[in-house]
Amino acid sequence: MAAPFDLNDDGVVVIIGTGAGGGVLANELAQRGVSVVALEAGGRYLPEDYLNDEWDSFGQLAWTDPRTTSGDWRVARDFSGLPAWIVKAVGGTTTHWAGASIRFQPHEWKAATTYGRVQGANLLDWPIDEVEMAPWYDLAEEKLGVTRTGGRAGLPGNNNYKVFEAGARAVGYEEVHTGRMAINSADFDGRPACQQTGFCFQGCKWGAKWSAAYTDIPRGEATGNLEVRENAHVARILHDDRGLVTGVEYFDRDGALQFQRARIVCVAGNSFESPRLLLNSASSMFPDGLANSSGQVGRNYMRHVTGSVYGVFDQPVRMWRGTTMAGIIQDEARHDPSRGFVAGYELETLALGLPFMAAFLDPGGWGREFTSALDSYQNMAGMWIVGEDMPQETNRVTLNHDVTDRWGLPVANVHFDDHPNDVAMRNHAYARGQAIYEAVGATRTFPTPPYPSTHNLGTNRMSENPRDGVVNRWGQTHDVANLFVSDGSQFTTGAAENPTLTIVALAIRQADHIARQMSAGAL
Amino acid sequence: MSKHETPRGLTRRQLLARASAMGAFVVGAGFIAAPNAAWAIETTHLDSETFATLVQMARDIYPHDYVADEYYVVAVRGYDTPEQAAAITAGIAALDAAARGRGFPSYVGTGWERDRVDILRSMEDSAFFQQIRGGLVTGLYNQKEVWPLFGYEGESFSQGGYLHRGFDDITWL
Ligand SMILES: Cc1cc2nc3c(=O)[nH]c(=O)nc-3n(C[C@H](O)[C@H](O)[C@H](O)COP(=O)(O)OP(=O)(O)OC[C@H]3O[C@@H](n4cnc5c(N)ncnc54)[C@H](O)[C@@H]3O)c2cc1C
Ligand code: SF4
Repeated sequence: MAAPFDLNDDGVVVIIGTGAGGGVLANELAQRGVSVVALEAGGRYLPEDYLNDEWDSFGQLAWTDPRTTSGDWRVARDFSGLPAWIVKAVGGTTTHWAGASIRFQPHEWKAATTYGRVQGANLLDWPIDEVEMAPWYDLAEEKLGVTRTGGRAGLPGNNNYKVFEAGARAVGYEEVHTGRMAINSADFDGRPACQQTGFCFQGCKWGAKWSAAYTDIPRGEATGNLEVRENAHVARILHDDRGLVTGVEYFDRDGALQFQRARIVCVAGNSFESPRLLLNSASSMFPDGLANSSGQVGRNYMRHVTGSVYGVFDQPVRMWRGTTMAGIIQDEARHDPSRGFVAGYELETLALGLPFMAAFLDPGGWGREFTSALDSYQNMAGMWIVGEDMPQETNRVTLNHDVTDRWGLPVANVHFDDHPNDVAMRNHAYARGQAIYEAVGATRTFPTPPYPSTHNLGTNRMSENPRDGVVNRWGQTHDVANLFVSDGSQFTTGAAENPTLTIVALAIRQADHIARQMSAGAL
Repeated sequence: MSKHETPRGLTRRQLLARASAMGAFVVGAGFIAAPNAAWAIETTHLDSETFATLVQMARDIYPHDYVADEYYVVAVRGYDTPEQAAAITAGIAALDAAARGRGFPSYVGTGWERDRVDILRSMEDSAFFQQIRGGLVTGLYNQKEVWPLFGYEGESFSQGGYLHRGFDDITWL
């Protein structure tokens, strides 16, 4: 039967969320002839709808349903109701993302083995490695049109990049370039080259940046095998008395509760909503939540060791012009414990417009120390730190039964404390970032604290042994054969790299696996 | 309540005379104007001294010497509502009380910004201070009219982005 599918059609794969994981999985399954119903809590927005305005765009696309926070991270104080900056829309956070697309380093698949015992960290090796992932990375890079791969040229460097590169060279860094980006440096795949408009975080109005919203989603729909229902908020996953899932309950655009039957359910709501959904699906058979026999659902939340460094110069930079993430320094990405911490970090340029700079430069800051920085806004350059943080069991998403969303469902509470390794790495990165800008004449630099999390990982982690995690090497839950996790929450560890290329590679691989298992009658 | 509005029934001279009689801003009950008549605003629920003090407080929290008062007025005029008036009036009264406790006639009656900042520091953790500060982050910096003062260029798609308009025009490196 061709899309749209009937609520009672129990032959469909139901995917919850249409971002990097769910959106890609939906298309890849549809291309393989599998019938898919994708349920997306947000609405549908395309390049003509995107807004070149930071707060207006945030209002249009961001997930602002209630969440709560706890722990010693500064986000819990400065942005207590907004632990993450992620999107609620068809295409998910691939509308907001900057496009940096880099592979894990080989050793990062084996963090426990490589880093050894780290007190307080719940490190684990992934059950897969770089050899297994290489062909899927190839497909992901081709899908996203990643620059500096597949013979594609790099992007030209903007002003922000030129300052960054000159500083990097001055302090002796060598692995410096304009990045491997899912942004077209030349026309590719029916989409134009980057016009350097500088609003990558607000949705690319040119379509030069890859987003599932206008690539994978419509392509999947064009096969007739994919139906995307937007404004459909999934509340619960149901199961039968054999312990297999049977479908999902969701609130449709009119607020009516619907039940969609399913042969397989794939959860891809990003690392807060995915565990929240499993926990909210607790039943008498699964009293601690679905797929939670290990007790690991919601645990090991990772957000990367982030932070920013801004530098002020005596002359204009105008960092907001051109690609938001315009280049990378990879020299510090290696694992080198002599620096005082395990694992590594990347440095990438970042630019914020004046409205976001005011909100994020030093949240809560005021007075002349703060405003004199903004007075030099046009003379500022900026970079972002992305490093591997330590998974900790106590950093976790739980249900907050005291706060409910508009559907009456308990919201996610996000608890996070920095690990000492995270703090040591961040301080190292701040010092290096400040040195980079000072080397090219910065008169003042700012070690800026992390923003609400953009990279959210690990809360349904992948493990060889069912005792240690929630899903196996295919993203299939250890406990429920026809229930999969398809987003960044399956990350065993976070690596130093921006996560989306890996999420996409895993989604393509998972689609291939599910389609094979279905045709073999195993699922 | 638009900016650059000259108050009805007052000549610029009268306005200046009355404004200078009341610190910088106040032009009679519920009516406030800049000494140079660059802006004027009629408040409905907040009395004029309270509003004038609120504008001064806004500037002291986020002081930008090249940003004129009118932008701070726009940033805080949303508090002039029946729902908010009581809390704002109480907050400003506390500010004035703190100033008097330090020997000044009022908050705006202090001579140096430093003295006002000391007063603000002493109440930094109060809900009132945090409400005003938090509101200013968007109230002030998200005004499109303010952006050019900082050099920020805003929307660029309609102009074709910066590919041919200086995305890499840095010359001083
Ligand atoms: C500003 C910004 C910049 C970024 N830049 C980069 C970058 O340069 N490189 C990089 O690799 N990554 C980047 N990221 C991160 C990247 O966007 C995410 O890692 C990625 O999109 C996560 O994919 P996901 O599938 O886990 O979740 P998402 O893409 O967030 O998709 C989840 C979807 O599920 C939906 N959903 C959630 N709950 C429900 C429910 N109950 N029912 C129905 N639908 C639901 C949500 O509405 C959402 O659409 C950036 C993120 C941000 C915010
Ligand atoms: S800078 Fe390039 S990729 Fe970013 S929004 Fe503009 S055109 Fe798109």
